[in-house]
Amino acid sequence: MDKMQIWLVLSLTLLSAFMLLPLVYIFNHAFKPLHELFLFPPTFFVEQPTMQNFYELLSLTESAVLPVTRYMLNSLIVTVLSTIGMVVLGALCAYPLSKHEFPGRKLIFGGILLSLMVAVETMGIPRYVIVKHLGLMNTYAGHVLPLLALPVGVFLLKQFMDQVPNELLEAAKLDGASDFGVFRRIMLPLVTPAMATITILAFQTAWNNAETSALFMQSDAMKTLPFYITTLTANLANNVARQGAASAAALVMFIPNLLIFIASQRKVIATMAHSGIK
Amino acid sequence: MAPFLLLFGTFIVVPVIVGILLGFTYFNSIEFPKWAGWTNYQMLFSQDIIFLQHIIPNTFKFALFVGPVGYVMAFMLAWLIAQLPSTLRVWYALAMYTPSLTGGLALVVVWQVMFTGDRTGYINSFLLNWGFIEKPILFTQDKDYLMTIMIVVSIWASMGLGFLAILAGILGVDKQLYEAARIDGIRSRLQEIWYITIPMMKPQMLFAAVMSIVGTLKSGGIGTQLSGMNPTPDYAGQLFMNHIDDYAFTRLELGYASAVSMVLLFVTIIGSRFLWYLFGPKEGE
Repeated sequence: MDKMQIWLVLSLTLLSAFMLLPLVYIFNHAFKPLHELFLFPPTFFVEQPTMQNFYELLSLTESAVLPVTRYMLNSLIVTVLSTIGMVVLGALCAYPLSKHEFPGRKLIFGGILLSLMVAVETMGIPRYVIVKHLGLMNTYAGHVLPLLALPVGVFLLKQFMDQVPNELLEAAKLDGASDFGVFRRIMLPLVTPAMATITILAFQTAWNNAETSALFMQSDAMKTLPFYITTLTANLANNVARQGAASAAALVMFIPNLLIFIASQRKVIATMAHSGIK
Repeated sequence: MAPFLLLFGTFIVVPVIVGILLGFTYFNSIEFPKWAGWTNYQMLFSQDIIFLQHIIPNTFKFALFVGPVGYVMAFMLAWLIAQLPSTLRVWYALAMYTPSLTGGLALVVVWQVMFTGDRTGYINSFLLNWGFIEKPILFTQDKDYLMTIMIVVSIWASMGLGFLAILAGILGVDKQLYEAARIDGIRSRLQEIWYITIPMMKPQMLFAAVMSIVGTLKSGGIGTQLSGMNPTPDYAGQLFMNHIDDYAFTRLELGYASAVSMVLLFVTIIGSRFLWYLFGPKEGE
């Protein structure tokens, strides 16, 4: 490390400490005993840590028909399926958009860009009608399919694929690789950073998604964790009960996001160390 | 590509088209929509005083500050992080991304502690102790402060996907190019950024720029979350999205809300056209 780097580390550390405040808060909040949860102004650090909130979260549903673990399982299934789906479909769509000449290519890409800009509110009701008519109510497909087409993913992946020189792909084709082979063996490894970035986004979208549960699932057994948590926190404003469970739930919801981010960012940085393109 | 387009068509294109059509109707979510032609748009531009006096200026002010500042900051932070040894990078990237990762929940808590309206708020107690003010300021309820606070908070939370894309882009620039450039006579780091880093990662820069304009124009939760109400006090922090939410879910005039979101869409398109003109691939490239 030279002088500049040391200076840089110092100032970035200060800034990071500030940016990390919400993280500190979520972690501390989950372990606060009831009386500390209501301190005003809220405190960042917990004084008497307790596991009480987590027991409360688990026991809340003991008397109910469905245990909280059922929502967790649903969330897990839906999130894994949709994350994989979003990343794979996104890549499959971005590749031809970036590297193949075909009529309507600009139109399709324009449409995808356009859809980025539409406010979600406008799509709510029509989406509901479509899901209903396709018979996807109360199925896992009803959770997964509406999420799969992720315009941001295609946009980002295409931008990265644009950077890969055509010569490289042509060389591979001359060596006898099929089009799909080029995609899988040459293109994908080169855009790993973009894939990792999209994984973070896809995971976050799927994991935090309470909308499909609220709109498309009538049966409680099919609802997911984020929806369950919104029911916990819905009327909390003047409510003392369940605050503890809600703060524990917030942590439970947050940790997977954090883990996926760290894993994916490692991937981004590891690829960079030995990439030999351009 | 076919499966993506199929899903894209079913769950995005069709709903959007229906949404556009809804903009021309009177729809209260219970009865079947009634065709209303251009009435909603006429209303919006001639009679909706809140929209004309508050929403439009607010949104532009907000977007003009948050968009460019957030974008430049994202690039600078990403570049600085890229200069560090790789073991540290993940952690700094994580720190910068945290506000986006935790979302609205933590955002509100952290900043409310700062701006709480009585002497217990950090900023208020600081100003009081140092004698700058006589009595505490109700920051989030005051129309003079709300917009500024919203801008600061949004910039703080703007290191999102665009930032990650820029970081990945900067790290992806081939190191050999820098060496070659040094031989060719480039000396300072600034020249390196201007002549090599930015041109080499144009696609990512464009992505981040479009995401930033879409993000700022479509954001709207902040004002309501900070002040705890929709509409915000005196409409000081009212943005496009608040207006849409207000009409769609409070007044249940979904046709009108759809029309408003179409105007928003139109504004966003113009904004990104402009960015495309600035950063996009030029003819012959």
